[in-house]
Amino acid sequence: MAAKKPSKANVSKDDLLHYYREMLLIRRFEEKAGQLYGMGLIGGFCHLYIGQEAVVVGLEAAAEEGDKRVTSYRDHGHMLACGMEANGVMAELTGRSGGYSKGKGGSMHMFSKEKHFYGGHGIVGAQVPIGAGLAFADKYLGNGRVTFAYFGDGAANQGQVYETFNMAALWDLPVIFVIENNQYAMGTSQQRSTSSAEIFERGRAFGIPGEAVDGMDVLAVKAAGETAVAHCRSGKGPYILEIKTYRYRGHSMSDPAKYRTREEVQKIREEKDAIEHVRDLLLTGKHCSEEDLKAIDKEIKAVVNESAEFAKQSPEPALDELWTDIYAQAEA
Amino acid sequence: MAIEILMPALSPTMEEGTLAKWLVAEGDKVSSGDILAEIETDKATMEFEAVDEGVIGKLLIAEGTANVAVNSAIAILLDEGESLSDAAPSAAPASGAAPQAASEPAPSASAPVAVKIVEQDLPAGTTFKSLTVREAIREAMSEEMRADETVYLMGEEVAEYQGAYKISQGMLDEFGPKRVIDTPITEHGFAGIAVGAAFGGLKPVVEFMTFNFAMQAMDHIINSAAKTLYMSGGQMGAPMVFRGPNGAAARVGAQHSQDYAAWYAHIPGLKVVMPYSADDAKGLLKSAIRDPNPVIFLENEILYGQSFQVPDLPDYTVPLGKARIWREGNDITLVSFGIGMKYALEAADQLADMGVSAEVIDLRCLRPMDTETVVNSVKKTNRCVTIEEGFPVCSIGSHISSVLMQEAFDYLDAPVITCTGKDVPMPYAANLEKLALVTTAEVMTAAKSVLYR
Repeated sequence: MAAKKPSKANVSKDDLLHYYREMLLIRRFEEKAGQLYGMGLIGGFCHLYIGQEAVVVGLEAAAEEGDKRVTSYRDHGHMLACGMEANGVMAELTGRSGGYSKGKGGSMHMFSKEKHFYGGHGIVGAQVPIGAGLAFADKYLGNGRVTFAYFGDGAANQGQVYETFNMAALWDLPVIFVIENNQYAMGTSQQRSTSSAEIFERGRAFGIPGEAVDGMDVLAVKAAGETAVAHCRSGKGPYILEIKTYRYRGHSMSDPAKYRTREEVQKIREEKDAIEHVRDLLLTGKHCSEEDLKAIDKEIKAVVNESAEFAKQSPEPALDELWTDIYAQAEA
Repeated sequence: MAIEILMPALSPTMEEGTLAKWLVAEGDKVSSGDILAEIETDKATMEFEAVDEGVIGKLLIAEGTANVAVNSAIAILLDEGESLSDAAPSAAPASGAAPQAASEPAPSASAPVAVKIVEQDLPAGTTFKSLTVREAIREAMSEEMRADETVYLMGEEVAEYQGAYKISQGMLDEFGPKRVIDTPITEHGFAGIAVGAAFGGLKPVVEFMTFNFAMQAMDHIINSAAKTLYMSGGQMGAPMVFRGPNGAAARVGAQHSQDYAAWYAHIPGLKVVMPYSADDAKGLLKSAIRDPNPVIFLENEILYGQSFQVPDLPDYTVPLGKARIWREGNDITLVSFGIGMKYALEAADQLADMGVSAEVIDLRCLRPMDTETVVNSVKKTNRCVTIEEGFPVCSIGSHISSVLMQEAFDYLDAPVITCTGKDVPMPYAANLEKLALVTTAEVMTAAKSVLYR
C-alpha cells in the first residue's frame, strides 16, 4: 500500500454519507452478481470490483457533469458510480433485453452515452488510447471536458499505453490515466510482472505528472482526483493517478486465487477496508448512529434485490435482435 | 571515358518522371555528391546527386521535360580533358529497363466483338475532368473537410511531409495543424485514439502509410471500432475511415506487399471499399467519410498515378455496396476489384479480339458486397472468373464462388475459377515477384478454360 495520506475530517456529513452509500451499493451489487453467477443466471466472464470501491467513488466525486470515463472489463463499479441504473447493469449481466446493451454486450461490454460511460472494454489496455481519443475529441471541440481512462497494473505493461502517454503528452490531451493497481494482473503479482515499483513514475519519461494514492481511502482518492482534474481542465495535458487498491475476490468468478494467501486478503479486509473506513468516520464523527447506517444498508439491499429481480424478470432479447445494431443507418 | 548519366528511379513504383531543373550547366566540373538536377516523381521532388566526378559534356534532356523514362540517358559526363567528340556517340537511350511485355493482342481466328462500355448514370450535361486516383482521394477528403468541421485527417507524415504518397499534399495549408495531424509511428496507439475520438463525436480519417502497418492497429479496428455498435446495443459506434495503400507496390518484399481485402471483408461491423478508378475513389471515399460506420478504404500505390475521367460535379458521391458493370457481355463474367480490374479489363479486350463478349464487374465494395449483380450476370453468361491480388485461401473469389454455387448453380456451365496471387509470401526478386502476382495471361487461361476453348 502507498504511504497513507491522512484523511481530513473536514468533509461534510452529506458527502461522507454519499460515499458510504455509493461504495456499499457497489459491494452489495457485486455480491449479488456473484450469487447470480453461482446460480447460472450470469454466464461467461464476470469480474467483480469488491475491495476497489473507493477508487471510482472518490474519482466520481471529483468529476463534473459531462466528464467522460472508460474502463476495462472490471466495470460494474464504474457504471454504478457514474449514475447508471443498477437494474440496467444487472439485466445486462443476465443477458436480458432490459440491460444497457439489450443483452448483447454482457458484463465486459456496457456503455451509456447519457452518462458519458464509454465502456466496458474486454481487451486489456484497449481503453487507454480510446480514453485519450475521447479527450482528443473534447479538446478538438473545445468543450472543457476531461476523461478518466481507468486501467490496471497488468495493462500498465502494454505497449499501447506508452504510445498513448506519448501522444497525450505531445498533444496536451485532457485525460487522467487512472492506474487501478490492485497488485495482481490476473494471477501474476506486480513483483513478478512489473519492473518498477511505482508505475506512475513511468509517466516521467513523457513529462506526465502523477502520484500514488491510497485507494482504500475515498477522501484521499477524491483529493488526488481534484488535483488531476484541475491540471487537465486548465489545459496542461494528461495526469497519472496510480491508485493502490486491492481486489478481495479472484480475477474473475472462475479464479480460485491460489496465487495469494487467504491471510493476505483477510488482513487487508480487516485493516484497510474502504467502506469500514468511512463507516468509522461517520460514527466517530458522530454524524450518525449505528441505526442510521443500518437503515442505509437496508435501503441499498432493497435496490440490489430489486435489480436482481428485474434482471431475472426482464425477457431475453427478441431473436431478431441478432441482426440489429451491426451497422448504423445514415441520418436522412 | 564518357559516362552516361541515367534518369534515376526514385521510388519503388516510379517508371518515369519530370526533369524539373538542371542545377549544373554544360562545361561545369562536378564531384561525387554534387546535386545535378531536381527530379519530380509522382510522390515528391527529389534532388539527384552525381556519383562520378568529371565535366558535364552535354545535357541531353532539357529542363521541364516530363515523362522521362527511368534509365534513359539525361546527360553525358566527361573525364577532365576529354571532349564530347571523343566520347562514343550514343544516339539511342541507354538500355537497362526491363523489357516491356508485348501488349499486342494475340491474333485470333474469330471475328472480334464490339466492346460495350457502360456509362455511369449521371445528370445530363455532366462534364468530366481528368484526375489521378491520388488527386481524387485528396479532393474527396478536402471536400468533406470543408463541409464538416468534425472530419479530420491523422496519420504518419500526412501534414508537414505532405503525405508519404502525396495524397494529402496541400491539406495542412488549407486546414491547419488542428485538422491535419502528424502522428508518431505508433499505429496501435493512434488507431485507438482515433476510435476514441469517433466515440467522442468526431469523424476521423486515419491514413495508414500502408495497410501492412495496420496489422499493429488490428485490435482497435476489429475489437474497438467494428464491434462497439453491437456491443452497446446501438448506443455508440465509430463513424470513421481507415485508409491507405494496400497490396503489392513493386519490389518491397513480403512485409510490405499484402492484400488485406479478404481479411477485412470477413468482419461484421466494418464496411470495406476497394476502388479501381479515380471517379469511384472520389465518390466512394466521400460516402465512406459520411457513413456512420467504420469503413476500411483500400487504395493501391500503383493506381495512385493513373488518370481517369471524373465527373466535374460539386458533390459527386458513389453509394457504398453497389458493384459497377464496366463492360456488358454475354459469354463470360469477369469479377474483380481494385488493381485486379486492370487485368480483368485487359483480358476482356483480348477476349473481344477472340470473339468472346465478356462482362466485367468491379465489386468496388467488399462489404457489403453486391453479389446480386454478379449472380444476375452469371445467370446470363453462365461462366465466371474472379480476379484479385490477394492470397488464394479464403479469398474474395472463394466467397463469390460459394455464392454462385448456392444461388446460380443451375446456370453455371463451368466451374468458377478464382485467379489470385500465389500462395507464397511476396518475394523480392523481380522475376519471382512477377510470378507471384496475378497476370492478364492467367486470367486468359482461366477464361479459355471455362469457355472450353
